[in-house]
Amino acid sequence: MKKVEDFRVLGHKWLNYSSYIIELEAPEPLSPVQPGNFAEIEISNSPHVFLRRPFSIFDANPLTNTLSFYVKVIGEGTRVLGKARKGDKVNIIYPLGNAFSIPEKKNILVVAGGSGIAPFILYGKAMQKQGKQVTFLLGARKAEDIVLTEMFRPYGEVLITTEDGLLGEKGMVTQHSIFIGKDSPFEHIVTCGPEPMMKAVAGIARKKKVSCEVSLENTMACGFGACLCCIVETVDGNKCVCTEGPVFNINQLTWQT
Amino acid sequence: MADLSVSIHKLQLKNPVTTASGTYGYGEEFVEFMDVNRLAAIFVKGITLEHREGNPYPRMAETASGMLNSVGLQNRGVDYFIQHIYPRVRNFDTHIIPNVNGSTIEDYVTVTRKLNEVKGIEAIELNISCPNVKAGGMAFGINRKSAMEATRAVRDVYDKTLIVKLSPNVTDIADMARAVVDAGADAISLVNTFLGMAINAETRRPILGTITGGLSGPAIKPIALRMVWDVFKAVKVPVIGMGGIMNAADAIEFILAGSTAIQVGTANFIDPAASVKILQGVKEYMARQGVSSVKELIGGMIVK
Ligand SMILES: Cc1cc2nc3c(=O)[nH]c(=O)nc-3n(C[C@H](O)[C@H](O)[C@H](O)COP(=O)(O)OP(=O)(O)OC[C@H]3O[C@@H](n4cnc5c(N)ncnc54)[C@H](O)[C@@H]3O)c2cc1C
Ligand SMILES: Cc1cc2nc3c(=O)[nH]c(=O)nc-3n(C[C@H](O)[C@H](O)[C@H](O)COP(=O)(O)O)c2cc1C
Ligand code: FES
Repeated sequence: MKKVEDFRVLGHKWLNYSSYIIELEAPEPLSPVQPGNFAEIEISNSPHVFLRRPFSIFDANPLTNTLSFYVKVIGEGTRVLGKARKGDKVNIIYPLGNAFSIPEKKNILVVAGGSGIAPFILYGKAMQKQGKQVTFLLGARKAEDIVLTEMFRPYGEVLITTEDGLLGEKGMVTQHSIFIGKDSPFEHIVTCGPEPMMKAVAGIARKKKVSCEVSLENTMACGFGACLCCIVETVDGNKCVCTEGPVFNINQLTWQT
Repeated sequence: MADLSVSIHKLQLKNPVTTASGTYGYGEEFVEFMDVNRLAAIFVKGITLEHREGNPYPRMAETASGMLNSVGLQNRGVDYFIQHIYPRVRNFDTHIIPNVNGSTIEDYVTVTRKLNEVKGIEAIELNISCPNVKAGGMAFGINRKSAMEATRAVRDVYDKTLIVKLSPNVTDIADMARAVVDAGADAISLVNTFLGMAINAETRRPILGTITGGLSGPAIKPIALRMVWDVFKAVKVPVIGMGGIMNAADAIEFILAGSTAIQVGTANFIDPAASVKILQGVKEYMARQGVSSVKELIGGMIVK
């Protein structure tokens, strides 16, 4: 059940110069949240932000009725959300969108770049419950942009690539040594991050004949299927990323990879 | 109890609050957020003769107090609407008003003929003002002669209430309004979006896939309000006003400028319950001001 509610800010945890986790408390029991779901957050403390901003649900705790979001500052909305004070009201529509599937196969690789790590804590938890074996491959340009590795570790091994080479293997995620060799130890790949990265990961999945799901971050006006601004081209025509996604199997997409 | 009812030609509305085409889906998208039955009418997403995929992504750019869109009338065609969508929404206790589009006059006529046969649909909104399609759309609405031709052709095949939606992208909106009324329009709705564009300076590329798109939201409100006033003075038929209405005060302003009913558009994206909150606010305004019928407010701006 989708809800529109005034949450209360509990606090931020800044992770580096440009990203934070914001935790908020719901006024009533949380609606059930699935890995992959997102929320539309109203940014009311800036006259320069008109529309809501979509964010993946990073974590949800039904015992404390709290949601948290991992936010990377890229503009005014993400900047001022980082300045909200404890106790401030923040209006949130959630849960929105579909969820990652539970794959039949056991060995799962998560590939995340930039703010693309956001959906994968909930995912890691859910897959652990399902008895799956998850490996997280996190990539960034600079080592200082690699955050939260400790939070992922309880749910699987964490591999890292950085383009500056100061942490993990040097290069882009798709150049990581786990991809070397013809056979893949992974039977299913899920990915979220910049589109060129997701396309490259989808290409690897195709080549290795491994199933693959991507979580898209198309620009949105509403987030609940009313405006048709967020579409992605699929083999069955245009689909709304906000209602029929954000998670798509790469076989549904018309990406040339 | 204050009287909120208004009429748009033969169409009876239980209150003046409706939702704008393309911003409210088919109403179903909102049932989890509000009681859609409280609305007087839902103007549903633009309908064309054939299925249309619409324009390429990206289709949206946020602007100062507004947004540009270039959706381009994505819809599954009139037959699909009549067979599959309308049966799902016809039981809402509100008028479902299709927004009719075409690339040619024949398209408009064919779509209208089909809708004329549908029991329960008591009005159509003829969209001669979509800025997001290459052929037809706004091209009809910015030229006096073609606006009249399209209106007349549709009028000839439609028995029920015909609302014509005007484009604001014209020099003389009052003249366009008079033209379509002469051609048979029973009511006028305005404004559709203003043609605009956005560029990303860093990448030096347009933000929208189609380069240009339609501007909506509070950014356009003062211009829309002025246009409603111009049209109200120029024609005798009812006017349905819209353009950046975010709250009850905005809605009242549009009514005072001459709107018999109003449409809530972009506001639905930010607060999916905006329309019912606006209705509630209109009631409160009437109580506060001691107004017994909303009809007293239509065009009721006090000049001097
Ligand atoms: C389903 C979904 C889930 C998301 N989850 C997260 C998340 O968990 N954490 C997170 O940090 N971010 C996430 N994002 C992205 C986030 O919504 C944007 O970063 C945010 O809206 C930017 O707002 P802003 O006001 O700070 O930036 P703006 O001032 O709006 O934008 C700054 C610049 O970035 C560009 N931009 C903004 N949004 C997008 C976009 N979606 N795609 C491409 N370019 C864009 C703008 O065109 C502009 O050039 C998600 C997006 C979607 C659609
Ligand atoms: C995403 C979007 C899609 C729209 N689609 C249509 C449409 O299909 N037909 C139409 O007549 N107007 C369409 N419009 C225009 C609105 O109905 C309305 O005229 C305009 O947005 C101004 O009102 P507002 O500022 O309250 O949104 C659309 C507007 C938006 C923002
Ligand atoms: S963002 Fe409005 S339909 Fe997806």
